[in-house]
Amino acid sequence: MGGTLSSAKAFEDVAVGDALPGKTVHIDRARLVQYAGASLDRNPIHWDERFAVSVGLPDVIAHGMFTMGAAITVVTEWLGDAGRVVRYSTRFTKPVVVPYDTGADVVFTGTVSALDPQTRQATVELGANCGSDKVLGRATAVVQLR
Amino acid sequence: MPVNEQFAGRVYPPAAPYGVSAAKIKEFAEAVGSLDPVHTDRAVAQSRGYRDVIAPPTFAVLIAQRSEMEFIFDPEAGVDFSRVVHGEQTFIHHRPLTAGDEIVGVLTVDSVKPAGGHTMIVTRTELTAGEEPVCTALSTIVVRGGE
Repeated sequence: MGGTLSSAKAFEDVAVGDALPGKTVHIDRARLVQYAGASLDRNPIHWDERFAVSVGLPDVIAHGMFTMGAAITVVTEWLGDAGRVVRYSTRFTKPVVVPYDTGADVVFTGTVSALDPQTRQATVELGANCGSDKVLGRATAVVQLR
Repeated sequence: MPVNEQFAGRVYPPAAPYGVSAAKIKEFAEAVGSLDPVHTDRAVAQSRGYRDVIAPPTFAVLIAQRSEMEFIFDPEAGVDFSRVVHGEQTFIHHRPLTAGDEIVGVLTVDSVKPAGGHTMIVTRTELTAGEEPVCTALSTIVVRGGE
């Protein structure tokens, strides 16, 4: 994976325990409509408040896959190449509720939890929090370092 | 109608191939906030050894979910889509999805298990370009039981 000329982070420059630069992503209805169009997941629970409430949700909720997709940017921006994610998994533990007036802020963090010198791969544990809710569980990415 | 547990192990015939386009990659990258120019600038992508612009790591869901719908909307499967919640998702990338790929997805229903009044279903979609494996997408969906 990845070309030899890649500017991706080198194995030698990474240590277990390294904290990745985190980011806060603001989610509003426009953002969810944009993701619905891009991903072709047009389920109305992600943009139609009346429908969301009718099926028992507190309000419109973000696509879990939007949150998963936004979270991995913490890894790929640190890594320097979005093509070097070899494995990425998560649980969707709590929905991100997106009220019309305020939207929602999700805080993403990442920490290097393991390094494999044989494969020159790193494992990164990701955090995703909205207020006091942990919205992704066991979010883990394995990346190919240079 | 409850979810049909006999569907564990079932393999669906592949859906029509999905053509990965540079335009869709750009649209998806913008939607998730992935700013790496490898998604939008062919020269950057090629300088890193890729044939053309590549997709963000979760783009594969777009193709995998087309295959999953074959199962979810199979009348015999007994899945009530209005009760479906996405529980877990895993991607194993053999190489990045690249503009110009013609991707075929083959869906296998790995397991169907009751869990506390709900049903947990694991599906696996193997995405290939010709003979080449590109991505394995594993999805756990929970079909909520009735009140």
